Amino acid sequence: MSEEITPDQEVYDRLLAEGKSERIARAKAKAAAVRASKIAEGATLGPKSSEEAQKALESARAAAGGGGVATKTAAPAESAGAQGGGRLPPEERAARVAASLGNGGKQPASMGVPTSSTHTHRLLALVPPAGIQQVQSKQMDKVYTWPHLLLVEFVALLAAGSLLLIASFFLDAPLGSLANPQEVPAINKAPWYFMGLQELLAYLHPMVAGVSLPGVFVVLLMAAPYVDKNPSAKPENRKLANMAFTFFLAFWGLLVVIGSFLRGAGYAWAWPWVQGLGFTL
Amino acid sequence: MPKLPTFDDVKGNVQDNVIWKSIFRPGSIYRKGYRDTSRDRALASMNNVLYHLHPVKVKRHGLKLTYTYCLGGLSFFMFILLTITGIFLMFFYTPAAGAGTEIAYLNMREISASITFGQLVRNLHRWGAHAMVFTVFLHMARVFYHGAYKPPREFNWVVGVILLLLTLFLSFTGYLLPWDQLALWAVTVGTNMAGFTPVFGDQVQFVLLGGVEIGPETLLRWYVLHVLFIPFITVIFLAVHFWRIRKDGGISGPL
Ligand code: HEM
Repeated sequence: MSEEITPDQEVYDRLLAEGKSERIARAKAKAAAVRASKIAEGATLGPKSSEEAQKALESARAAAGGGGVATKTAAPAESAGAQGGGRLPPEERAARVAASLGNGGKQPASMGVPTSSTHTHRLLALVPPAGIQQVQSKQMDKVYTWPHLLLVEFVALLAAGSLLLIASFFLDAPLGSLANPQEVPAINKAPWYFMGLQELLAYLHPMVAGVSLPGVFVVLLMAAPYVDKNPSAKPENRKLANMAFTFFLAFWGLLVVIGSFLRGAGYAWAWPWVQGLGFTL
Repeated sequence: MPKLPTFDDVKGNVQDNVIWKSIFRPGSIYRKGYRDTSRDRALASMNNVLYHLHPVKVKRHGLKLTYTYCLGGLSFFMFILLTITGIFLMFFYTPAAGAGTEIAYLNMREISASITFGQLVRNLHRWGAHAMVFTVFLHMARVFYHGAYKPPREFNWVVGVILLLLTLFLSFTGYLLPWDQLALWAVTVGTNMAGFTPVFGDQVQFVLLGGVEIGPETLLRWYVLHVLFIPFITVIFLAVHFWRIRKDGGISGPL
C-alpha cells in the first residue's frame, strides 16, 4: 500500500535511546523516512524563498490566462479592489492555487476555476480573533473516532442494554391497587430520588425543606464553576472542593437511605426487619 | 449447472450501484473500497451523520473507561431507550381517570396481562427511568471530581444541572401515569411540598395539579408534560450540551 511508510530504524533507535517516548520516536522516524524519500525524488524541501514564490506565481498567471490577464493582474490587490468587494478574479485565484501547489504553473485537472467563469462566491469569512471563543488546545495524543471511540461506545451500549434487558426479564415493575384519594396508605413515600427532600420534611418546615433549601442547593450547584476559581483540575490541588462536594453527596445519600429504609407507618422511625421495607421503586 | 455467485460477487454488485453510493458517502465503511487507512478513517467520521456529535479525532485518554465511565453516553442511551419503549407504551395507554372511567389504570393492567411484550417493555421503561436518574447523577459526580466544569466548560455544567432537573421531572411525571395507589400518594407528597412555595404557593400547586387536588385533570396534564413537553425541552438542552462539549475543546483533561 502506498500509504505504508517504513520508519527510519536508525532515527527510531536513537530517539528511544535518548529517552523519548515510543510514540514520538515512531512519528519522528516516519517523518525522517518521508523526508529522505522526497529528497531522493529530487524535491526541494522547506519553505520557498519569497522570490521563488513570486516567480512561480508569475509563471502560473501567464499559464492560466495568457498575456492579457498577466498585465491585468499585475497589481492584483488594487485591481481586485477596484472590481469591488475585494474579490480576486477567477484567473488570479486559479493562478495562485496553481502556484502554491508548486507544479510549475500547470493547472491541476479538477481544481481551480475555469478562466471563463465569472462565478466568484466563497464560503469563508474573516472573523476577528476576538469573535472566536479561545480554547487553549495543545498538540495532544489523539486517536481516530472511528474505529476507536465508536467501538467503545458500542460495547458500553450493548453492556448497559443487556443488563437492563436481563433485569426487566426477571423483575416486574410494581403496580398497586387503583388510586383512591379516600384511602391514605399507611406507608407513603416519594420515589427514591426525592426521598432526601421527604426526609428533610420530617425535621423542617415544608417551606424550608421542600422549596427554599432545594432552591438554594440548585443555585449553589449551578454557581459552582463560577465560585471555584482554582484553575487546577488535579485532585491533590482541590482538596477543599472535593471534600465539600463529597460531604454534600454523603449528606443526600444518608437522607435517602434513612427515608427509604428506616421509615415506616406514619413516617415514624422503623426498622425494616420489624415493619418491612415499605419502599417501592 | 450455472455457477452460483460467491458472497463477494453479491457484495460487489450491491455496493457498486448508484443507489448504494448515493446513500453511503465516500469514506463510509459500507462503501466499496473502504480501506483501513488514516484517510478513510477520517472520512468515515467526517462524512457521517455522527459528525454532528463526534470530531474526527478524540483525545486518547478520553477513551479509557475510567475517565468518563461512559456515564454521559449511557445517560443519553437511556434517554433514547426510554423514548422508544415510551412510544410503544403510548399505543396502549389513555390518560383518563375518574369514577366510571378508570381507563388509565385498566390500560396498565392490560399492558401487563394481555399485550404481547407489554410487561417486558413496561419493565424496560420503568427500570430504564431509574437507571437514567442514576447515571445522570453519577455523570455529574464524575464531572465534578475531574474538575471538568472549569473554564471554558462552566456553562456546560449549568446546562448539565438543568438536564439533571429535567431528568428528575421526566421521571416524576411518569410516576403518576399508572394511576395506582403508589403513584397517587407519591405525587401527593411532592405536590404538597410545591404548595409551600413562598408567596405563590397556591398558584404553583394549582398549575401543577390542574385543580385544587389531584384528579383526572392532573393525570392529563402530567401525561402531556411527560410525553411531549419535557422531552422536547430536554432534547433542546441535550443539543446545546453536546454542541458545547465540542466547542469547549472536547473532553476535558488529562488530569
Ligand atoms: C440527560 C443528562 C445528560 C446527558 C445525556 C449528558 C451527556 C454528556 C456526554 C455524552 C458527555 C461527554 C463526556 C462523558 O460522557 O462524560 C458529557 C459531558 C459533560 N457533562 Fe453531561 N450529560 C447529562 C447531564 C449532565 C449533568 C447533570 C451535568 C452537571 C451538572 C453535566 C455536565 C457535563 C460537563 C461539564 C461535561 C464536560 C465534561 C468533560 O469535558 O470532561 N452533564 N455529558
